[in-house]
Amino acid sequence: MSEVTTFQFKPARPAPVRSEGLVPWLRANLFGSWQSSLTTIVVGALLAIYLPKFLNWVFFAATLTTNPDECRAPGVGACWGVIKEKYRLIIFGRYPFEEQWRPLVATALMLTMLVVSCIRWFWSRWLAAAWVVALAVFFILMYGSLFGRLDVFGLTRVTTDRWGGLPLTIMLSTLSIMAAFPLSVVVALGRRSHLPAIRTICTLYVELIRGVPLISVLFMASFMFPLFMPQGVTIDTLLRVLVGITLFAAAYMAEVVRGGLQALPKGQTEAAQSLGLSYWQTQRKIILPQALATVVPGIMNNFISIFKDTSLVAIVSLYELTGTLGLALNSDADWRPYKLEGYLFITAIYFVFCFAMSRYSLWIEKQVNKSRLR
Amino acid sequence: MLSSRTPKLAGLMAIAGLLAISTAHAGPVLDKIKKNGQVVCGVNTGLAGFSQADSAGNWSGLDVDVCKALAAAVLGDANKVKWVPLNAQQRFAALQSGEIDVLSRNTTFTLTRDASLGLHMTAVTYYDGQGFMVPVKSKIKDAKQLKGQTVCVQSGTTTEKNLTDFSKANNLGIKPVVFEKVEAATGAYFAGRCVAYTTDASGLASVRNKEAKNPDEHVILPQLISKEPLGPMVRRGDDEWFAIVKWVIYGLVEAEEYGITQENVDQMKSSQDPVVQRILGVSEDTGKLLGLDRDWMGRAIKAVGNYGEIFERNVGPKSPLKLPRGANNLWNKGGLMYAPPVR
Amino acid sequence: MAESVRQPPKKRDWSWRSQAFRGLVYQALALAAVIAIGWWLASNTAANMQARGIKSGFDFLLQPAGFDIGEPLFGYDSSHPYWQAFAVGVGNTLRVAILGIVLATLVGTLLGVGRFSRNALVRGFCYGYVELFRNVPVLVQLLMWYLLVTELLPDSTEPWQIGNVFLSKGGLTYPGPVWSAGFGWVVAGLALGALGVWFYRRWARAQFDATGRERSLFWVPLGIVIAGGVLGWFAGGMPNEWKIPVKGEFAVEGGSALTPEFLAVLLGLVLYTAAFIAEVVRAGIQSVPRGQSEAAQALGLSRSQEMRQVLLPQALRVIIPPMTNQYLNLTKNSSLAVAIGYPDVVSISNTALNQTGRAVECIAIIMAVYLTTSLATSLFMNWYNARAAIKER
Repeated sequence: MSEVTTFQFKPARPAPVRSEGLVPWLRANLFGSWQSSLTTIVVGALLAIYLPKFLNWVFFAATLTTNPDECRAPGVGACWGVIKEKYRLIIFGRYPFEEQWRPLVATALMLTMLVVSCIRWFWSRWLAAAWVVALAVFFILMYGSLFGRLDVFGLTRVTTDRWGGLPLTIMLSTLSIMAAFPLSVVVALGRRSHLPAIRTICTLYVELIRGVPLISVLFMASFMFPLFMPQGVTIDTLLRVLVGITLFAAAYMAEVVRGGLQALPKGQTEAAQSLGLSYWQTQRKIILPQALATVVPGIMNNFISIFKDTSLVAIVSLYELTGTLGLALNSDADWRPYKLEGYLFITAIYFVFCFAMSRYSLWIEKQVNKSRLR
Repeated sequence: MLSSRTPKLAGLMAIAGLLAISTAHAGPVLDKIKKNGQVVCGVNTGLAGFSQADSAGNWSGLDVDVCKALAAAVLGDANKVKWVPLNAQQRFAALQSGEIDVLSRNTTFTLTRDASLGLHMTAVTYYDGQGFMVPVKSKIKDAKQLKGQTVCVQSGTTTEKNLTDFSKANNLGIKPVVFEKVEAATGAYFAGRCVAYTTDASGLASVRNKEAKNPDEHVILPQLISKEPLGPMVRRGDDEWFAIVKWVIYGLVEAEEYGITQENVDQMKSSQDPVVQRILGVSEDTGKLLGLDRDWMGRAIKAVGNYGEIFERNVGPKSPLKLPRGANNLWNKGGLMYAPPVR
Repeated sequence: MAESVRQPPKKRDWSWRSQAFRGLVYQALALAAVIAIGWWLASNTAANMQARGIKSGFDFLLQPAGFDIGEPLFGYDSSHPYWQAFAVGVGNTLRVAILGIVLATLVGTLLGVGRFSRNALVRGFCYGYVELFRNVPVLVQLLMWYLLVTELLPDSTEPWQIGNVFLSKGGLTYPGPVWSAGFGWVVAGLALGALGVWFYRRWARAQFDATGRERSLFWVPLGIVIAGGVLGWFAGGMPNEWKIPVKGEFAVEGGSALTPEFLAVLLGLVLYTAAFIAEVVRAGIQSVPRGQSEAAQALGLSRSQEMRQVLLPQALRVIIPPMTNQYLNLTKNSSLAVAIGYPDVVSISNTALNQTGRAVECIAIIMAVYLTTSLATSLFMNWYNARAAIKER
């Protein structure tokens, strides 16, 4: 009794649901479940109601007129004329009007240097030299003379109390980060030192500074520095604030650097010691090059927060970007009602800078990780 | 960014040098001023009529003119002044530390300031009093109607304390909203955050005329709640400089009393009036006693005019502020301006 | 193989070659430098103060302050001494900081979790929010919120009104209870409720371990606390006296109020810090291996169960240290309130500084207050971190 079994094909499985293309994407990402669909509908409805209003205010109903009375007409949206009218004051502050090409050129130079420094291809000794030249040119342009004594190129002298706006913001953040960096490396090494006194001093410094707000450090710089100095010695307000921000930034950066130092395996130090390298040789040739490479993203983040924190100097009467906005709009009755537009303007400036830097920080983090995987 | 550490340090040091750690000459302020060729004068960051800078950075105002007169008397050139704009909180520290030579920034003379801040008050340049500004539409006519209301005020001034005293004496329970910067305080008032804004009456007039969209929508209440004698201050420890500042101001007031003006100062040198002769250094060398030259007062008057002219030009009825002369008139015209004799 | 063991060189304690000796010298030099700088600064300060006749010392704290404060937490009057004025400032700082920390944690966690949503709109919103808010200085945000609050809200003469709650340029005014002994009972009832929750939680844990049945850990505890409060209210004789705000001639009067300054500071700090907390939460969740999530799905846990019971508890260990930093940042950023007229400790110190001229003392007070707060927060978070750390067997 033999049964003949014929091979039977199983019915073909249904083709997989298309997972690419617009409709499947929509289904997966917007209508995946009933909760998701509900959210989509609610958010979509809100967008449909408010987005047109917002866009209308920002673009379609907005006006560029420099006549404040026209802004007051009913139905007019954002009054961007306020920016058109006041942008020079907002960006350059109280710098003499006819001389404003100087901060423009100086800031462009500084920005170029910053961008160039971010590109790996340029990393060499020449970059360092270029920075020295760039900083010197920056100060000659801004101040009008070098070392306050010789007048060069027939530029009129512009004292630091008239510097302001974006150039001041960029200068304060760049200089304080540069000055804070060496200090932070020393402090970070000190915190990991096996000498108790040095470790205590460095720890105290870092924790004290990190425990207080920047505004109190700035208050100290503007109220107490004068008392600290011997009689008859006065220091420019700008320099005082710069020192304050530097001390503040160094404490935070020291923690970042310390993180990089701690991440290095102990074997590196031991190997260096067994080769007979001294402490400083070990740090300079073995530890720091490896540690610092890993902390570049962290330092970039420090730079971003210092860039944002420079807005605080407005409280101690230096007119950087936030301060100049108040300067431009608070005392002008015609334009004061359009302060919101002004704030949006400087918000956009801050955002562009910080966002670009955070992207760069992400990119460099990837680079660092790549080299570590190799 | 990392490899370039050391050269950047060098750059920083260059900057440090650039930002001028100027070691001042030890000794009297006058020596320093003569050596540097400039009077360093602390002024308000911006108060129409008293000290304000135009877009080209030229300063004008009553407080500013006092410094110009000083520079003219001491250095012979009213433009040899370095202006240091200061806010209310910074002003005393700046003077104490020697950053500025004289503080001419609508500052009230009080006992506490005189006795505990290490400063000297020179002479009153403006007799003021604290008042309130309210919107017309609030229909407030008397400061006592502010019971339980919010009042915007700037911190770091005598204003804050006066407001408290006034509120307490009249049992009003006024709620102060205190701002760090004057722009923030006035901005909040104009936005409608507070029912009233309070500061010295002159400051109110300045804010009303310069910053209100329509000055007629705001009214300054007639009631003044305090005495605010304003004038320049100098640091203690240099009596010669103290005397110079004091007598330049007295000289300006005396000049008004005896009719010496910016225009006629040169003719007046040939005046027969012995008082005028003394003021202008024709008969007696009054300048020598102060460590200055003969023509000190003549130059000051030539530069900015007498006190009356300064007042008219900056805050008087013909200026945008339109403040009446009132208490600031000469003593023989019903005011309080009484200068000790220059002799 | 008798190899002669070479004797190590004799250790000479007072030689430059001795590491210990060099260490001592370095330390002595560092200490000497710090002391010298400190002494130089102090002596300069003392000399400056003496030369200019500036008074110093903390004795002024006992003198009457002589200025009013806009929103005192407790009965403060201008005749009270300076130290009470400072206490009001500290109270205001803590009030905004604590409320800000709670709210920022809630908003930030939601945003951080939202980055993993299956809904693209939610994901996109959370991403956009984080990038926008953390790339703009918090001071600019505070100023902008204050501007919006004072510009957009109606005048205090014609406030928006919902029932007895008024919103205007004068702030948010709402009926507040008139404090009486009866409310003591309410507080006691709430405390009792909290105690009850603790017992309930223990019981629920035990139940879960024994039977695997999950008990609600949100609604039931909330019910218990509310029930405790209501019981206390009955026990206290049902006090129902309220300060009802009414529209006055120039402003809304009576009732309890949150000023626009407070609202703007709170809003600004919460929205700014929430962006950072969202990033912290996101990084924490990402640090949990993907296998955990897959395992949870294999067990048939719902998306929210997976989040609450598998991912977040593990992420917490990574989250807590950076979260502590964000809390400290929020507390320190609350000092920016001075820019928009909220009477926090910096603002009060600033006024005191100007009234008395004691710069060194007033700045020292600000720093001491923040250092103490920072230290307390760190200690608490370290304790919590130790609790949340992996319990290794």
